[in-house]
Amino acid sequence: MEEQFAKLDIRKDENIVYKRTDLLVDRPLSYCPGCGHGVVHRILMETLEEMGIQDKTIGVSPVGCSVLAYDFMNIDMLGAAHGRAPALATAIKRMWPDLYVFTYQGDGDLAAIGTAETIHACNRGEHFVMIFINNGIYGMTGGQMAPTTLPNMRSSTSPYGRDTNIMGYPLKMTELVAQLPGTYYVTRQAVHTPSNVRKTKKAIRKAFENEKNNTGISFIEVVSNCNSGWKMTPVQSNKWMEDNMFPFFPLGDIKVDGKLVEQKELVVKE
Amino acid sequence: MKGNEAVAEAAIRAGCDGYFGYPITPQSEIMEYLMAVKPYETTGMVVLQAESEVASINMLYGGAGTGKMVMTSSSSPGISLMQEGISYMAGAELPALIVNVVRGGPGLGTIQPSQADYFQAVKGGGHGDYKMIVLAPASVQEMADFAKLGFTLAFKYRTPVMILSDGAIGQMMEKVDLFDPIPRRTDAELIAQCPWAATGKPKDRDHIIITSLDLDPAGQERVNLKLQAKYRQIEKDEVRYEMISCDDAEYIFVAFGLSARICQKSMDLARAKGIKVGLFRPISLYPFPTNQIAELAKKVKGMLVVEMNAGQMIEDVRLSAGCSVKIEHYGRFGGIIPAPDEVVRALEKQIIGG
Repeated sequence: MEEQFAKLDIRKDENIVYKRTDLLVDRPLSYCPGCGHGVVHRILMETLEEMGIQDKTIGVSPVGCSVLAYDFMNIDMLGAAHGRAPALATAIKRMWPDLYVFTYQGDGDLAAIGTAETIHACNRGEHFVMIFINNGIYGMTGGQMAPTTLPNMRSSTSPYGRDTNIMGYPLKMTELVAQLPGTYYVTRQAVHTPSNVRKTKKAIRKAFENEKNNTGISFIEVVSNCNSGWKMTPVQSNKWMEDNMFPFFPLGDIKVDGKLVEQKELVVKE
Repeated sequence: MKGNEAVAEAAIRAGCDGYFGYPITPQSEIMEYLMAVKPYETTGMVVLQAESEVASINMLYGGAGTGKMVMTSSSSPGISLMQEGISYMAGAELPALIVNVVRGGPGLGTIQPSQADYFQAVKGGGHGDYKMIVLAPASVQEMADFAKLGFTLAFKYRTPVMILSDGAIGQMMEKVDLFDPIPRRTDAELIAQCPWAATGKPKDRDHIIITSLDLDPAGQERVNLKLQAKYRQIEKDEVRYEMISCDDAEYIFVAFGLSARICQKSMDLARAKGIKVGLFRPISLYPFPTNQIAELAKKVKGMLVVEMNAGQMIEDVRLSAGCSVKIEHYGRFGGIIPAPDEVVRALEKQIIGG
């Protein structure tokens, strides 16, 4: 019987076009179906596997939806206090200069409570990779307004929409850090279509290649949906993201090889 | 050298891998000294001025999570900002040395010396059930010695250790006998010594996760029970104290740090007057020398707890001694240092005459 199966097994090296990376732990993800986190986890781990640096990488996870990222990524990891991942990564990279270090944070973590750590790590030109998942909402705590919630966008703490007169404006952290001399590569990507996934993976690879050369911070924002927090189906949320998030958070490279690609407006269009 | 300089030099000699701090009076000389002597060029120790105390303590968390020997220093308001990070380190069982050169509070308070952070240091300080080993130096020599001891204890028990100093010990100049430098551990030595640390996952071991999170209540209770078992062990093995002229004493001063030095002078003044008084100095404030105080309380007529605060350690002294003997507190605060003769008057009034 087994022999028969062996004969039938077409999983030969020459036939395999896609294989699940061993760097993802084989357990169910804690993310909602339709969420972008799982995709980013996968392409991040695939990148480390392709570069052969599993044993030389330390990741720092945040507080937020991806607080348990360390349970899914099969590498050594530290779970940071809310917003402090860049502080941990700074110390780790400075004392382990031969290791690869990355942070993985959401918008509440990176752009609200951790604003100071983000800006100062970028401004010091630390040599690690920062991955920033921006879904415009606090997903884990139940859909509260985030620093990146769009004007007029509803959340559980802006139930009538974000009134910028009262609640201020969404923060374009990525454009902001691109202005700092310590960032070398700053880009904004998405993972809602196969072509976007490929582009994001390329960006992640570029970021880790930069880290190899001690160039300063590589900062990758991934604009993602939050179908649960936005109270939509995954398909609706992706459409909504294209129609509403992308005009405000346009995709593409902002800084490449230490040079600004184009000056983005910091003014909010309503 | 100054107390602040002594603790900095001792950290380099103890083989410290990284210092992360933020300026605040009266301890800024620690980072100034490190930046001036440039240990990153000699031992390879990293020295970094962070953007805040919050960032500093989280840099410690990051470094400690990878097994590195890390320290920070600050003074009272800055230490308050670090409490969240200290709690995380206690929860994740990470070793680190934190120097608090205490100034008067509350709030921005004053830059003058104080002992008003006793409660914050010995009762945990941040959220959750945890303790920190707390060492109280009474001299510049001890600032140096406790840096080395602090690192040893931090790694022995995988816990944050605090040196609870004050503005006077930090700023005063005394002769110091420095220990010979210990080389920093190589990465290979570190990995062998700290198998729990996140240092990069080789193929042949599971990935290591440094976290204080366990969402399962049963799991989190196990974490707490493990921590408590560790604290019982620390209470059994790491009590440190000094007793001066206690053998024939009828009365006892109980004081730590700078107050203990003042009481030593007060003791001489009192003995010259014929009052038989001794000095009990807790060196480890946590673990507190509970049994030793209890024993002493059985033999004497009264105890005066002298602190530069409104009465904090006295609670632990009373808990240790029970109701067996009269125990009163004498304190000055807000940056005022009590004079030796006023302490003697307090002893006469509150204990002998009272």
